[in-house]
Amino acid sequence: MSDVQGSKPSSATNPVDPFLRIDRMPSIWCPGCGIGTTVNCFTRALIECGLDLDKVAIVSGIGCTGRVAGYLNLDSFHTTHGRPIPFATGLKLANPELKVVVYSGDGDLTAIGGNHLIHAARRNVDLVVVCVNNHTYGMTGGQVTPTTPPPAIASTTPYGAFEEPFSLPLLADSCGAVYVARWTTYHVRQIAKAMREALQKRGLSFIEIISPCPTLYARRNRLGDGLAAMKYYKQASVIQNGADTRQVGIGYQDKIICGKFVDRERETWLESYNKRHVAALGSKFRPYPTGLPEVSEPAGGNHGHD
Amino acid sequence: MSTTADPAGVLTGSHYIDGDHACAEGALAAGCRFVAGYPITPSTEVVERIAGRFPRVGDGIFIQMEDEIASSIAIQGAMWGGKKVMTVSSGPGFSLMMEHIGLAAMTEVPCVFVDVQRGGPSTGLPTRPGQADMMQARWGSHGDYEIIAMCPNSPQEAFHLTFDAFNLAERYRVPVLVMLDECVGHMIEKVVIPRADELEVVERKWTRKKPGEYLPYEVTDGSMVPDACKAGDGYRIHTTGLTHDERGYPTMNWRAQEKLIRRLVDKIRGQAGEIVRYEENDVDDADVVVVAYGITSRVAKRSIESARKRGIKVGMHRLVVAWPFPEQRIAELSRRVKGLVVAEMNYGQMSLEVERVAAGRCPTRLVGHGGGMVHDPEDIERAIVEVAQ
Repeated sequence: MSDVQGSKPSSATNPVDPFLRIDRMPSIWCPGCGIGTTVNCFTRALIECGLDLDKVAIVSGIGCTGRVAGYLNLDSFHTTHGRPIPFATGLKLANPELKVVVYSGDGDLTAIGGNHLIHAARRNVDLVVVCVNNHTYGMTGGQVTPTTPPPAIASTTPYGAFEEPFSLPLLADSCGAVYVARWTTYHVRQIAKAMREALQKRGLSFIEIISPCPTLYARRNRLGDGLAAMKYYKQASVIQNGADTRQVGIGYQDKIICGKFVDRERETWLESYNKRHVAALGSKFRPYPTGLPEVSEPAGGNHGHD
Repeated sequence: MSTTADPAGVLTGSHYIDGDHACAEGALAAGCRFVAGYPITPSTEVVERIAGRFPRVGDGIFIQMEDEIASSIAIQGAMWGGKKVMTVSSGPGFSLMMEHIGLAAMTEVPCVFVDVQRGGPSTGLPTRPGQADMMQARWGSHGDYEIIAMCPNSPQEAFHLTFDAFNLAERYRVPVLVMLDECVGHMIEKVVIPRADELEVVERKWTRKKPGEYLPYEVTDGSMVPDACKAGDGYRIHTTGLTHDERGYPTMNWRAQEKLIRRLVDKIRGQAGEIVRYEENDVDDADVVVVAYGITSRVAKRSIESARKRGIKVGMHRLVVAWPFPEQRIAELSRRVKGLVVAEMNYGQMSLEVERVAAGRCPTRLVGHGGGMVHDPEDIERAIVEVAQ
């Protein structure tokens, strides 16, 4: 942690403090909200992953989880609604030395930003995507999202949600993500471990974290406070590492299948980019840095414009 | 802050290419090394050329994104990664990019948006020209902000103005819009690209402060433009599209709004004299001045020549930079001419600005056209004759 800028280790300091913008505390999150728990896990993963934190950037969209970027003491970007993934794509491709993390909510990443999620997974851009899924738009007052399980009540489904929700691990898996996991905010150690593994992975990793929104989702559905949510997660979670992602959909207050579902290798966008152009252009191609140590150095030379 | 162009991107020599290709070469020469785009007629040739050139030039990435929304923010991520960046589109895609013109204005991202205008609204006339995105260029994103917009009227100028657009973007940290029209985009003419050492490139104004001292939105000189940094250099910056303070932190009150938005507006308005660019012909003795831009300026040239032969003293004021608008010069002209004729491929956009600035000192006559075809030069000539009387 000596590389943490401005850190002043002290026995009275919370070990996560150096990772946070303390001058921005307190956060905007409600009591019982799970987002702060996930941020705590993320800082643990940062401690453990051994990355140079000057080379870790975090990108968020809009919404409650969209505020995460602003609280982390990293290069941090609070973008537009639904668009952190294409922003992160540009950032990563422009500077492949960076480890780029997208941290946003279910509404941001899977409704307005759903198209970007599936294409980033298909391209296998080297990004970690953390989706905090609280089944609702918290910032705007608790509207239905693509992950709200029917027949939950939301402000825009006052008589109960009725659309089929996305199962996010299935979506990410089927689009080609190389790492797919789901945990709840009850599973703090597992979240931190999944985040660490994702940070050390190459390609698009997707972590879904089921998280309570006591103020809106839980209150409208009379599900109790944050503690009640922890009890539900503890009781309803079933850990099935390697589960078939077609079998992990979440019903209303039903069991939640958790675990690491996918962990595989695929060429990243930049690796494919270099490979294709070397094949097509040979020495006329000037390979683009991938942020990885070079395995084989293609012959350079002709930089002409022919 | 300024240097000469990187020879790797400069295709020095004489070429016979269209405006879209020339635009791509202007970007390459200026040091653009990240382009994200989505295919749309009549702009696609720009990204096609980039996709072919970057792998040979080196250090550049072109990515075809899933849509224009993604393209217009991927470039902003890439800017924070240290690149000079561009995206390219036409009307329908340009509409989708509006949100991110606002983000670029708010977070002060130097970037270039190219709009090869076609007939609209909606899908309109994909393969035919229009000039009806001019007000959208100025006002298309919500909120109050300033941009710079340029209007080339030839492939040669498409090269030069795209090149200049990158320099202006870096100098002022604003989105700069290059507003071609389909005719200029697809017109093939001779384009002369100078040697790299003849091309002056404005480099990003990197901060000299150390991490811990640097505030990403602090303004330390009279330019009202903050110094830059990039991700990965240890500054641990925060940026947000929310109203923010010098630290880049969200600050939700009217005082922060006043301070920030005032600066974003004034950094361009206060420098308008430096940015404004126009070309004039035969205005010294003119009773009538035609205001035009893009392909329409070339049609109007013929109308003016014909009217001159009939003995009418008419000249041309061609907008090279449309935004900021040359208020001072149009006001001067309005004091000494019988009238101003504005020819444009829309039913009144830049003409409204001319009329506003002329402020009743002389009549402003619009020769509008719905697009899809250039004006008939006789229509412009007829307006010149009527205004001259």
